[in-house]
Order: sequence, then structure tokens, then C-alpha cells
Amino acid sequence: MKLPAFDYASPASLEEAVALLASRSGSAKIISGGQSLVPMLAFRLAAPELLVDLKRLQGLNRIVIADDGVRLGAKVRWCEIDRDAMLQGAHPLLVEAVRHVAHYQIRNRGTVGGSLAHADPAAEMPGIAITCEAELTIIGPQGQRVDKASDFFTGSLTTSLASDEILTEIKLPPWPAGRRWAFLEFARRRGDFAMAGVALFYELVDDKIADIHIGAIGVGDRPLRLRAVEAVLNGQTLDDRAIEAAAAAVRESVDPPSDIHAPAEYRRALLATLLARALRQSETGR
Amino acid sequence: MKVEFELNGTRVGADVEARTTLADCIRDQLKQTGTHLACEHGVCGACTVLMNGQAVRSCLILAVQAQGERVVTVEGLSRDESLTPLQAAFRKHHALQCGFCTPGFITTAHALLTEEPEADEERIRDVLSGNLCRCTGYVPIIQAVLEARSAYAHKGNEE
Amino acid sequence: MRIANSYIGQPIERTEDLRFLRGRGTYVADINRPRQLTAVILRSSIAHGRLNGIDASRALQLPGVHRILTAKDFDTEIPRIALRLQPLSDLEPFHQPMIADQKVRYVGEPVAVVVAETAAIAEDALDYIAVDIEPLPVFVSREQADAALLFEQHGTNCAITWKALRGDADAAFKMAEYVRRERFKVQRHAAMFMEPRGFVADWDGQKLTVWGAAKTAWYNRRLLAASLRLPIEAVDLVEVDVGGGFGSRGEFYPEDYLIPAAAKVIGRPVKWNEDRREHMIAANHAREVECEVEIAATRHGRVLGLRGQIWSDVGAYVRTNGSVGPRNVAQYMSGPYAIENIELTSSMLLTNKTPTGTYRGPGRFETDFIRERMLDLVAKDLNIDRLELRRRNLVADRQMPYPLASITPYDSSTELDSGDYHAVFDRCLAEFDWKTKEQFSGRLIDGYYHGLAVGSFIEGGAAGPKEQARLVLEPDGTLSVYLGSSSVGQGLETIMAQIAADATEVPYEKIRVLHGSTSHVKEGYGSYHSRATVMGGSAILLAAEKLKQSIKASAAKRLGCAAEEVVLDGEQARGGNRSIAFAELIEVPIEIEAEFFNNKQTWAYGTHAAHVAVDPGTGHVKVLDYMAVEDVGRTINPATLHGQAIGSIVQGLGGAFLEHLVYDENGQLLTGSFADYLLPTASDFPKIRSLTVDLKPCPNNPLGAKGGGEGGIIPIGGIMANAVADALKHLNVQPMELPLSPPRVWALVEAAKAQLAS
Repeated sequence: MKLPAFDYASPASLEEAVALLASRSGSAKIISGGQSLVPMLAFRLAAPELLVDLKRLQGLNRIVIADDGVRLGAKVRWCEIDRDAMLQGAHPLLVEAVRHVAHYQIRNRGTVGGSLAHADPAAEMPGIAITCEAELTIIGPQGQRVDKASDFFTGSLTTSLASDEILTEIKLPPWPAGRRWAFLEFARRRGDFAMAGVALFYELVDDKIADIHIGAIGVGDRPLRLRAVEAVLNGQTLDDRAIEAAAAAVRESVDPPSDIHAPAEYRRALLATLLARALRQSETGR
Repeated sequence: MKVEFELNGTRVGADVEARTTLADCIRDQLKQTGTHLACEHGVCGACTVLMNGQAVRSCLILAVQAQGERVVTVEGLSRDESLTPLQAAFRKHHALQCGFCTPGFITTAHALLTEEPEADEERIRDVLSGNLCRCTGYVPIIQAVLEARSAYAHKGNEE
Repeated sequence: MRIANSYIGQPIERTEDLRFLRGRGTYVADINRPRQLTAVILRSSIAHGRLNGIDASRALQLPGVHRILTAKDFDTEIPRIALRLQPLSDLEPFHQPMIADQKVRYVGEPVAVVVAETAAIAEDALDYIAVDIEPLPVFVSREQADAALLFEQHGTNCAITWKALRGDADAAFKMAEYVRRERFKVQRHAAMFMEPRGFVADWDGQKLTVWGAAKTAWYNRRLLAASLRLPIEAVDLVEVDVGGGFGSRGEFYPEDYLIPAAAKVIGRPVKWNEDRREHMIAANHAREVECEVEIAATRHGRVLGLRGQIWSDVGAYVRTNGSVGPRNVAQYMSGPYAIENIELTSSMLLTNKTPTGTYRGPGRFETDFIRERMLDLVAKDLNIDRLELRRRNLVADRQMPYPLASITPYDSSTELDSGDYHAVFDRCLAEFDWKTKEQFSGRLIDGYYHGLAVGSFIEGGAAGPKEQARLVLEPDGTLSVYLGSSSVGQGLETIMAQIAADATEVPYEKIRVLHGSTSHVKEGYGSYHSRATVMGGSAILLAAEKLKQSIKASAAKRLGCAAEEVVLDGEQARGGNRSIAFAELIEVPIEIEAEFFNNKQTWAYGTHAAHVAVDPGTGHVKVLDYMAVEDVGRTINPATLHGQAIGSIVQGLGGAFLEHLVYDENGQLLTGSFADYLLPTASDFPKIRSLTVDLKPCPNNPLGAKGGGEGGIIPIGGIMANAVADALKHLNVQPMELPLSPPRVWALVEAAKAQLAS
């Protein structure tokens, strides 16, 4: 499974990188961690003419925790998230979700930006982006733009990125201390893509759920926000009845694909089960 | 394209195509065949090498991406006269049979224990779940890595 | 006075490890010859069709492409892969041609060989080759009832039907107080060894040398030489380090011919390395079986008979050992149990899928799943304790040798040789602590339902007919042991050195073992069916005896005494009050050959027990504890045997839960990478325990050993399915199909809940 031939460039600036992408009218691709791209090349599922390596670009791997939220540069690697002592407290949902990504060796190379741009419907990072209503900063020939996560993921392995654009940063809204949250996924083996997964958080106002956000991965062609389920839960006390109602609403809300690993009805039921368990887990208030 | 990096402590250079993986460069151009290819799509871990001290899948890295970096393979973790404590633990616990996946386990375990000499069994299993072995069933590998920890205690960031 | 060597039975650390741990092994991918070119195989992407033409003209224009060979470049009549085992003439129509000839019958069938400067260039060239295949309907499942014929002349897609017979099944079923009939299915999966296959072939105009041999080099050499119309002496197959085999590597595949043939045609060395995606469609698949079986018993649970039909999906051709699995499913369904009346047919179904062959415990994994599930169902129906039911039926020591069913055609009969099955059964339960764990059966704890199961099995080994060993004792005291056995990673070099050390008294450090290459002995057989220790080891014993006689005779002359008076101690000979060192005595190397003949299989056996916990919401099954006990008669190296046992068990767990080669209705393999074909990892099955005992030696070979190393895998499917059934007994969940994937277990739970509700 040798890779197909391509040209390679390692520009020193973002502008140069964008120009290189633009110069090949759609047949150039970014490489950074390479953990998703190189296997695709090995299977010859992609045959770009040019790879533009972000290796030399400075400043894209910062983790910034500030009052207006958490910013991750696109080149931040999973191992860097593991090692950041402040992130665990600053955004525990992000850290927990990232714990599930792939394996040790891949975590040393794979990047946040790579995962977001690759947009696998079962990947954790896109799930967090959708659940938390993240904003993604993108640079292109026309300059910089910001996309909402809900606009960014447009289909399976597809995003709003044009072929000459580069994702540079993701910003997650600020995370108040004491917020209730949970992340739960089910995969066949440790590190595999989730068969289904759920991320959620909410506030408690007068002991009732408020402003709940629920995101699901692995059950559609992109990560999903389960707004119908959120509607069932907002304003409710978190009790067995509410959890039951939420699980039932989940089953109505999703139309998962069937594939060799699981039929649609399994994924549907699995997601409902995971949601119920995640809600119960969130009660312990980490 | 020319690429230069440090391999097992020595500066090396190779003439590669952009598409040549680090694994193929190490094996074919640099003649270090201890790093093995069992899948070439980043799942099995047999090709694991250390890059700047971190365990990485060399089949997923382009040789040109290794420019200027520090690469260590299983050969660089070996001595002529004797086995290292990690290797001796593998041998003692019969943690290898056909030996094909073994270099990947040695490099990965070495990286893990160098960073985390106190790693417990669950952590070791978690990390090694990224390396496939078809012969041993993993039980003796875990035992070997657990035993090797004592040799890494207090070693700091040595490679 | 030297202490006699006693290496047999010691957990000696392996000599092989010294190079493997340092990355200094030499596997075939590490071998390079001067001026070599690299080959890549163009394979059919269509499962069934008429091959009308191949146009490689565009591909030949790519810089670095040397030749593109198709059928016509190899021979006017494309040779076929003959069967190594059970070579019935009935099966000849289904032998695979070395390269697709007029028809393609499975996705992955070789169509052309591209030879180029590098593998990358050769792969590039594949896209430029136009293959004209006229598609034909695809036959992938028994339900399609011969929708398309793979071999039109044959008239059906059933290649052959074997029959296993013992006693009078019809009579037994007529008078039985209890009969139950069930259907079972085992999924297609495969050995999936870690080192992909490869060859380096070098033809110098007179001699063809091929690196990359494994398992059965002598048979392969004969077949290769005949296919290339060369005398046998002109062909040498060299075994280097081998990264696992498990029954699948080493059999003769099309590439075993195509690469050497390419080297011969082109006149330069040719190297080929399979990649993983290719491996998944090219290397033997295994285990795809379905059956309809009935069991008859008395109301006290004495099993009277087994009757039924088995179908094996063997893929598009019958390969070298493609009959072994299907025969074994029928012949060994009774396992270690005294079942006197058996009538089972086993049909081999040809389909447009990758051909099949043996994979560790061939047919045995499948048949034990069927039988052990049946036993638990019988126990439930008759309200008899599952342990008691097994005790009532296990073959007793005093019944040995106990004949199993005979199988026809290509008659073969066998009998269980020795064993205390009840003692090992009890030992397993004790080590597992069944008494304490019993309380968990069916209980719901923290959201998981707990279940237990136990099962017994037999493991055949030491296939004949013979094996050769050649010992060479040098004047400096070094002993070289040349063997027909081959190494696939099982520690052959170490084990054989242990045997040789004890047999010859030569110091262990002075022994080296060379194996598997056709230049080593005149006619070897190889390593398969767990035969190396018994066959190779026994050959060494015979050769060692002859060697000692030879030394004694020489020493007697020099010492002036009778040969019977001479005593050897590994470094010197003593007799008649005098002594002489080997270094003085031996002026030229002494070379001795011996053959060990054996036509009696050995039967290792054992019992396994398991404790699982099932999550009904996800269908996930956790294996909380797994205990395996096996009697192998005589253990040569407990460490390597233990290693085999654990490895074998984890492979079995992979087969029970994770691994599945899935085809669609067009004969396309959907699970074509390690992302979709799921192998067990270090975090999946942490709690595995194994114990080997030397309870009942084998009476049929001088070592007293029985072939071991495959056993661990054999009972796993049945035990896991029974444990899941036990866990979910409140719902009466009864798994009949493997793998027990989360969606399948979940679906069984849901179906059972719906059933109860209605």
C-alpha cells in the first residue's frame, strides 16, 4: 500500500500555504498530523497532486484559556491536551472526550484541526464542537472568516472548507465551574471509532435542567445536536421519568445508517441507552 | 528530495520521494529493518519508532516530515553485549513468539515507561492497545512491561 | 562426573528472542538480492466473470515498469495448485490455476503480475491496466441455490460431500427418549498473522532459490518444480524468520508460483511483499460453516447420537488443505465425549469468495461451538446440571483407545489415545473455582448479567507420515540439528535444542537448530497439525540414538574395549579405564540422518471454564475470568507451551466476539482493513489463565508427547456462547451464531424480551 505520487511543500507562512492550496485548483491538501490523511493515501482513496505541510507554521498550536472561552490552535495535538494541567478544570467535557480518541501513537501526532477538517461522523472532536456551539476560524485567499460548528459540518467527511482554505483555530465558549456534564461513547474496542456517543451539559436552575446541550456522534452523516431531546429535558427535574422520556425522544430524533458493524436499529437503541446513562452519570456533578 | 535527520544518534541523509514514508525510508534507504510493516494503514503499531522521544507510527509519517527530527528505532534501543532491562523482561516472560510485532512493542513500551515509570496495569494495557500481536495474547507482554518499570524509575527524560 | 542434561520440561529462555528483541530478525521483507525488481499482483475486482482480455500497454509506458506478465507469459497451460491433503481426483476440477485463466472466480484472484523498479511504481501501474471482464452472476450464499455455477461442467456448486459415520445413528435416534434439532452458524474469519506473506526469487539460469518458505517447504518445492518443469534439485526453498502462520501461511498459494516464475521469465531476482489489504483477500479464509444438527439422548442425559448436515463455504477453489476443516467438523463433533452413533454429512460449497484453508484448530473450533451449545441445551431441557451432563458423557480412561467416527471418502479413522478427561475436567473447575463463582450465574450486578460456562475438547496432533532430522557433530563439539520441521514463531529452535541436548548429552550452548529449508534434509514434511514437537522431536531422538552408537563404535576402537562398555557424557567417551575427548576422537564431522514414522494422531485434551458479564443495553460481553487446563502428555518447554495456550485462547476470543470477514451480495469483501476486521488488543481480554499438565503420556511416540498449541482456541466459541446464554437465562437467550458481536447480543436480548412480552 505505497502512497500515490504527489508534490510536497512546507511553507513558512499561512499566506504562502493558502496560496499553494489555491494554485492547484482543488487538488492540493493540507497535511499536519497525517493520521487520517495518510491512511487514505495508502488505500489510494485520495490522490492529491500536492501536499502542503503545516509543519513550519508558527503559532497554530496554542492552547489559550481565557474568560471568553477555550481556544485550541488547529495544530494542537491530542497529547498536548492530555498534558495541559489547566484544561482538565477549564473544560472537563473536552478533556474527557479527547481521552477517547484513537491510540497512544496516533495521539502523539494527530491534531484537533485535522480531526475537525476530516469530519468523520463518529469522531469525538466534531461532536464536542457541535455540542458546545464552537466557532471555527478559517483562513483563505479572501482573508479570515468564522464558521459556527453547526454550519461547518455539512456531511460525511465534508465541511464548509473550500479547497484553498485552512482551519486555524477552534473556540469553545467559556465553561462555568460546577456545570453538570457527561461524555459517553460505545466502541467495539478501546480507541475504535464510536458506534455511537453522546456529549451533554446543562445548568441547574431551581434544581431543574436548563439550557441543556446534547450532541451525538456515530448516528448520522455528521455530529448532531439533539434539539428535540433537549426540548423534552429543559425545565425538568432529572429523574427516571425525564430520562425515560429523553430516551424515547432520542429514538425518534435520529435516523442512523446501517453498516457492516451495526444495523440502524441497534445504533438508535444504543444512543438512547447511552443518553440515559450519561444523564445519570451527570448527576454526580463532577 | 533530500531529507536529513538523526537516526539512533547518528546524522543520516536519504534521497526520497515526497511519498516515501518514514518507515520505508528507515527500512529501504537506511537499511534498518528492525522496524516492521504489518498493515501500512496506521492500526497495528509494528512500525512504531520514537520521534523526539514520542512513540509514533512511522508508516503514517512522510520521510520528509522527519527533517531535522530525532528518530530512534528498536536498533537504537538495543545493546550488542546484552539485552536491556525491557528486552530481558520480554524474554523472561516469553512476551514474544514470532517476533514480528515485537519491535513496535519495545519502542512503545520504552516511550511509555520513560515518561510514566509508575504506569499501572490499566494504563499499560490502554497504551499497548494500539499495538497488535497475534501470537502471545498480550498477557505476557503486560507482565514484562510491569516488571520492566523498576528499571525506568528515577530515569527522567532519558531516551 | 557431569550431571546429565535435563532440558526437557524446563522453561528455557528462547534463543530466537535474542535477535527478535533487537530488531535483528530476518524476515523475507528484509531480504534483498542484487538487481532485484519488485512485483505487485493485479487482482480481480470482480467476483465472477469471463476474463476476455488484458491490455497493459499504457501501464508499460510508465517509467520504471519492466514487465507485466499475464497467463500467456507463464505457460501455454496454466498449472494448478494440487491438494496437499486428501488429494481426491473428485476435487481436481476445483484446483486453483496459478493465475486466472479464462474466468475469475473471486475478488482478489491474480490476473497479472507487474514487475517494476519499486513497489510504488508497480502499484501506480495497476491503475493503467485495462482488464476486460464480462461479469457473471455472483454466488455467495447457500440460499441462492446455485444461481451461478463456478465450474459449469460440474453442474453444481457443491464440490464434495464427506460423511462421518459411527455405529447406527438412525437406530439410536429411533429409540431415543430425547431428541433436539438446531441450526448453527460460524462466521468467516481468518488466521491474520502479523507478517504479510512475501517471496524473493532468484534464478541463475540453473538454480532457482526462493526465500520466504514456511510450513511445508518440501511439498511446495515438489509442486513448484513440477509447475516450472524443473528438476527438484534445481529448486531450493529457504525458510527465514517467519511472522506467524497458524495454519494459513506456508500452504501453496498462486504467488508461490507467480513470483519464482516471474524471476525465471525475466532473468532477474523478483521480490514480492503482500500488503495487508491484499492479504485480506488473498490469504486463506476459514471457518464459515452452517449446520442443521440433531442430538439424541436418554432422559438421564446419556448422549446416544449425533446426526445432521453441515455446509462449509470454501470459497472459489479448493486449496491445498481446503478439505481439512470441513472433514474435521464432521469427524470430531463428538469431541471428548463417548458418542457411539454418528451420521454427519459435510458438504463443501464453492462460492465467489476467497478460497479457504486451515486455521488453528480447523473445523474443531466450529464443531466444538456446535456440540457444546447442544450439550447446554440438552442439560436445560432435561433439567440436568451442565457439569453432571458432561461428566456422564466424557470418555473414560478405561475406554481408550476410543474410536471416533470414520470419515469417507479418503478414509480416515482415528482413536483417542490416552487421557483422564474427568480428572482434567475437575481440575479446571477447581482452578476456576466454579463452586464460588456459581452464585453469579444469571445475576444482575451493576447493570451486567453474569454467566458461567464450562466445556471440554480434544486436540489432534502429530500428523504423519514422517519427519526427518539430520545431526552433524563437529570435531569442536558443536552439534548442528537440521530439521524438516519449520518455524512459525513457536520456539522451534529452542525446543528442539532441548530435546537434542537431553538425547545427545551435548552441552545446550553447543547446539544450533536449522530448520525448514529444503537444503537441510532430503525430505521433510514441516510444521502443521501441531506435529513438530512429536514428529521433529522424535526424529531427533532416533538420530541421536544412532549418533551415540556411531560415537561409541569409534571410541571403542580407540579405547580398545567393547562398544557396549563405552559411556558418553557429551564431551568425551570413557571405556575400559580410559577416556578420549570428542575433540580428539572426531576428526571429520559425523553426520547421521533419521526418520520418524507415525500414523497415529496424538490427542491432547482439556477443559476450559469462563465467567462473563453481559451489558444488555450495548450487547457488550466482558470476559471476567477464563481458565484453561490441558493435558499434553509431556511438556518440553512449559514457557513456550503456556505462551501458545494464551495466544490460542485470545485468538479464539477474537473469533467468538470480534472477527468477521463480511461479503456483500456482489462478492465484495467489506472488511478489508484492520479498521474493519477487528483483532483482539491488549485491553480486550485481560484475565486469561492457563495450566498445562502432563497427566497421561502418549503411548505412540518415544517422547510421550502430544501435539499441543492449537488447543486453546478450540472450545472458545461454545464456551462463550454458553456463558452468554447462562447470563441471559432469565430471557432464555440462546445464541446460535457467531460472532457474539454487541449488535447480535443486543438483538437476541430484544427478541427474547419481545417473545416474553407476547
